[in-house]
Amino acid sequence: MKLTRRVILGLLLVLTSQLLRAQPIRVGSKHFTEGYLLSEMLALLIEDQGYVVERRFHLGGTMICYSALKENEIDIYPEYSGTISSEILKATRNMTVPELRDTLEKSGFLVSDSYGFENKYALVVTQSLAAQSGVRKISHLKAHPSLRIGLSYEFLKRQDGWENLAKRYGLQQTAFGLEHGLAYGPLTKGALDVTDAYSTDGEIPYYKLTLLEDDIGYFPQYQAISFCRNDLPAPVVAASEKLTGQISESEMQELNAEVLFRNRPYAEVAEKFLVSKGLLKGGRNSSHLNELLARTTEHVGLTFISLVLSILVAIPLSILVYRKHRLSQVVIYAAGLLQTIPSIALLAILIPLTGIGAVPAVIALFLYGQLPILRNTVTGLRNIDPALKKVADGLGMSPYQKLKFVEFPLAAPAILAGIRTAAVINVGTATLAAFIGAGGLGEFIVTGLALNNHSLILKGAIPTALLAIAIELLFEWMQRLFIPKYLRSETA
Amino acid sequence: MSSVISFENVVFQHRTQENPLHLNIGLPSAKITAIVGPSGSGKSSLLQLINGLLRPVSGIVHVLGSPIDYTRLEQLRRRIGYVVQSAGLFPHLTIAQNISLSAHIKGEAVSEDRIDELMTKMTLSGQFKQRHPYQLSGGEQQRAVICMALYGRPDIVLLDESMGSLDSITRVEIQDQLMTLQSEEKYSAVLVTHDLQEALRLGDYLIVINRGNIEAHGTAQEVQSSPSELVQKLFEHSTIGPRKFSRS
Repeated sequence: MKLTRRVILGLLLVLTSQLLRAQPIRVGSKHFTEGYLLSEMLALLIEDQGYVVERRFHLGGTMICYSALKENEIDIYPEYSGTISSEILKATRNMTVPELRDTLEKSGFLVSDSYGFENKYALVVTQSLAAQSGVRKISHLKAHPSLRIGLSYEFLKRQDGWENLAKRYGLQQTAFGLEHGLAYGPLTKGALDVTDAYSTDGEIPYYKLTLLEDDIGYFPQYQAISFCRNDLPAPVVAASEKLTGQISESEMQELNAEVLFRNRPYAEVAEKFLVSKGLLKGGRNSSHLNELLARTTEHVGLTFISLVLSILVAIPLSILVYRKHRLSQVVIYAAGLLQTIPSIALLAILIPLTGIGAVPAVIALFLYGQLPILRNTVTGLRNIDPALKKVADGLGMSPYQKLKFVEFPLAAPAILAGIRTAAVINVGTATLAAFIGAGGLGEFIVTGLALNNHSLILKGAIPTALLAIAIELLFEWMQRLFIPKYLRSETA
Repeated sequence: MSSVISFENVVFQHRTQENPLHLNIGLPSAKITAIVGPSGSGKSSLLQLINGLLRPVSGIVHVLGSPIDYTRLEQLRRRIGYVVQSAGLFPHLTIAQNISLSAHIKGEAVSEDRIDELMTKMTLSGQFKQRHPYQLSGGEQQRAVICMALYGRPDIVLLDESMGSLDSITRVEIQDQLMTLQSEEKYSAVLVTHDLQEALRLGDYLIVINRGNIEAHGTAQEVQSSPSELVQKLFEHSTIGPRKFSRS
């Protein structure tokens, strides 16, 4: 018993220290392939300078990344000049990189020079069509009014989208809307001639498409740049600036295609590219097993710490309220209400209050643990034979003695069952913590979803399922250890 | 006759009675008082008035020489042994732990000698000490419950239908052991039963209660000569005479 307690305490200490590591450089990333690739490159370059880097990838969209940067939750992430100008600064016209630099300096931010490419809206045709018809530039479309143009709904609606483009270029065609992801099939089969794309999409080299040149400069600039806090150590800034001018549009397309169509891990693709450019020495391949172990440790850490907190709050709370029927109903109801909030929504609600990372994840998991433990503890305490409670009173037990000698031991099977349920729920829910940069096995799943890579999803899902099974077995064992045989059958 | 327990104008609410019941009676010290009456007559409630599990609507319950202080019930209850009908042993504790539970409550050291002494007197084999209640028969459990109530040498022992579910042979055995123990340890016992034979066998002093009213009280002889219809009916159906005639 003493040994078990010591082992658990030791485990707790190790996991806590794991979560509260010394201040690393936190690199953020938006939730899409190119974001991962560029962020990984930044992370590798900064690590190369001897810094510890925390990868807070999968941060969703622009506003989540920007507020994380502003709230000092991340230090640096890759962004696009046009996005900063229109979405963050709400500028009415498209600002150049030096203009952005001047404006943002006052707010404590720094932007680098362009990595060497833009990721902007573009129109694409197949190479064969370009060769046959000679269409290379958007203005060439004017001479081919019979070409069928199918565009994403977003592009049809945008201010910088089709309507104004057609006006500026004087195009006569009517465009129809279709789902962006479905456009490439009809395009390559010749059912469609022109569609919109992002200029660095991996599909462009994969489907052998030609980008039409924006010859009158209609589209705003979307230069890829580093967006960071200006209180970063100089060597970190210098390391990030090594990317300046290093990546061309076609190189970025290739890198995206590597991940999307050849299922290469983005970290490997990013590293290989840096090595090929001479920005990084080769041979520092991180092992898959180490990564799996690190993610599993994080996952178990999140689950364990939140579970311990849940127990520390829910059990005393149950003891406080169980004698008062009304109050306990209210408390259980409130805990049930918390349970109905979708995990992703709860995490999103917590970000403005706590920022991103392990803290909101632990809070969310802690809240989810309340209901099963509360309900089981209250039920367990209430279901004790009233005659035994009368005997305890008749013996002259104080409330504390009653708890210690009678109520707690008799409710133990129900309480343990509640903790077991909470633990299993937490292991599953903890996968979502990856969405807010708390790490864990969910990182594989979230990345796999973003990259549409099934083996990566399984790399997260299978260990998570195994963890859940392990927890079931652990609790089975603890029940055998702590709960006497004659009490066990009641909860089985 | 000095009263160890007395009810002074006590009015209490009983579940089957719409009107509160009134009591004015004293119970003798160091004797066995048997309260007998049909089920639902308020016997168990009367017992619970003594250890404060039930609080009277008005009136005063005197126990061990002073009125019950309802702010310090724990102190009082630690001087009273209580044997409840059908339950009494904690399933998660061993027989020895159950018997000596009052020592843990008072923060005293457990006396193995006292456990052995009581178990011997109640004819419980010593090998049961480390067993759990579910491993014992009903009669053995009931003997252990009585050991548990007596362990701390209480001044008063309350027995609530404590032998109701036992077969008649076991019941007579336990009754005899209880009487022997009472005459040795001189505690005041209050026994509640619906069985007149049990009351006559054990009781030095009898109280016949019906629907919360005291129909008769006194020695067996005194009670038998009571004009109460219920009492007469009870004695008509009783096959054995009052045992205590010869002893007192």
